[in-house]
Amino acid sequence: MLDTFIFSLIVGAAVGFSAGYLGSIMVLEKMALVGDAMSHVALPGLALGVLMGFNPLLGGFIFLFVSAILIWHLGRVTKLSFETLVGAAFTLALAIGILLYGDNLDALEAALFGDITKVDLTYAVIAVAVSLVVVFLTRFIYRKIVLGLISEELAISKGINVARTNLLYLLLVSVTVAIGIQVTGTLLVGFLVVTPAAAARIVSMNLSRYFVLSAIFGAISAISGIALSSSLNILPGPLVVISGVVIFVVALVVRRQKKIGS
Amino acid sequence: MEDSSDYLLKVSNLKVELQNQIILEKVNFKIKRGTTLAIVGPNGAGKTVLFKTLLNLLPYTGKIEWAKKIKIGYVPQNISVKDIPISVKEFLSYSRNGADIEGALNAVRLNNAGIANQSLGVLSGGQLRRVLIAWAIIDKPNVLLFDEPTVGVDVGGEESIFVMLNELKKKTDITMLLITHDIHLVKEYTDELLGLNKCMTFFGDSQRIAEPLLQQKIYGEIVCSNT
Repeated sequence: MLDTFIFSLIVGAAVGFSAGYLGSIMVLEKMALVGDAMSHVALPGLALGVLMGFNPLLGGFIFLFVSAILIWHLGRVTKLSFETLVGAAFTLALAIGILLYGDNLDALEAALFGDITKVDLTYAVIAVAVSLVVVFLTRFIYRKIVLGLISEELAISKGINVARTNLLYLLLVSVTVAIGIQVTGTLLVGFLVVTPAAAARIVSMNLSRYFVLSAIFGAISAISGIALSSSLNILPGPLVVISGVVIFVVALVVRRQKKIGS
Repeated sequence: MEDSSDYLLKVSNLKVELQNQIILEKVNFKIKRGTTLAIVGPNGAGKTVLFKTLLNLLPYTGKIEWAKKIKIGYVPQNISVKDIPISVKEFLSYSRNGADIEGALNAVRLNNAGIANQSLGVLSGGQLRRVLIAWAIIDKPNVLLFDEPTVGVDVGGEESIFVMLNELKKKTDITMLLITHDIHLVKEYTDELLGLNKCMTFFGDSQRIAEPLLQQKIYGEIVCSNT
């Protein structure tokens, strides 16, 4: 039991850190709800895993990965925004997922809210490895994405392929969401991508501080939520969210104090 | 005898069509190294489209011939920095790793203490334009494409931007293409003039901008020019 708790903390820290880091871009792109909505796209994949007897997380990951590519491609073809396309995909995925789960309510609850009792050493190692790769690749594309946000032409004139960078970013989000589902569930994993970055944004005057704080806030939210969940014996997902919101409120107070002081 | 290698850019029969609409056509001009070319014309004339085409960002027919081994710096008209917590130093380091940021800021006369650590979003229009120039020159380009150098700059500050660009040109022999609405500054600070209004309406000596008839031709009804 202690092992599961420690592994859960490790997974929470790794996923929270990488999700917070990735989320710092999402908040800049004003796509905060995209991260949230994308997490629901995993639901049919998770359900298929349960129904067909393979690892549900693998199913969720495949659904997220394929959806990210489809959404990116449709965005290029139709010129519709990511928000619109993800919005459509997420409601469809939610509907299919719930139909597939049928009356298997326990599995549906685990998919929606997370189940850390199933976290083992293998999962912890995979989560840490994947998170490290995500952080490394995100660091690699960070400059490109920020330049694209400032001015797409400016980025292209510097030889940056904005479309390819966006695809890589969406794939990184899908990988992180897939890993995070075990901790917080599909309903709440989007939170890890959004709220830590929002808290970091309001206390940051430069990018370096912003993305480091986003990642740290993400990790602290996940660790404290899981620790509380273990001692209170309730689902970790909602507690991860509450921990993150507390950080957000503290950031608001700090910002207010700074303004008063200056 | 004119040597063709003197020319940094030659454009002939350029035509840009987007979504089945002709945006720009019949554009023919060439500029020598070290020239400052002012591009003028009414709103929607295709000036920014010309820049994007020169940067190979838009499809076109006709010919665009840049001299070999040149590096192009580009400053767009609009950038969105209000919601991005990026400091001046970070922004400039994104242009080129290991760049001499202090040197670039000095070159654009932004040497007041602390500006490098300020957020781009809190700069004044004039300061932001100077940072953008620093961004473009930090990579030591041979040619600078600048879309409206004085947009967002207060009336008194417009000339200082042109003075600074002029000094930069003298120091580095950089070729500049400037889209501008500042007719009164064109005569003093540029060498050649390109009038656009869906097509080329004028190309020649920028001193002629003072002629009322030419201004009427550039800003009036569309009359394409072949020269």
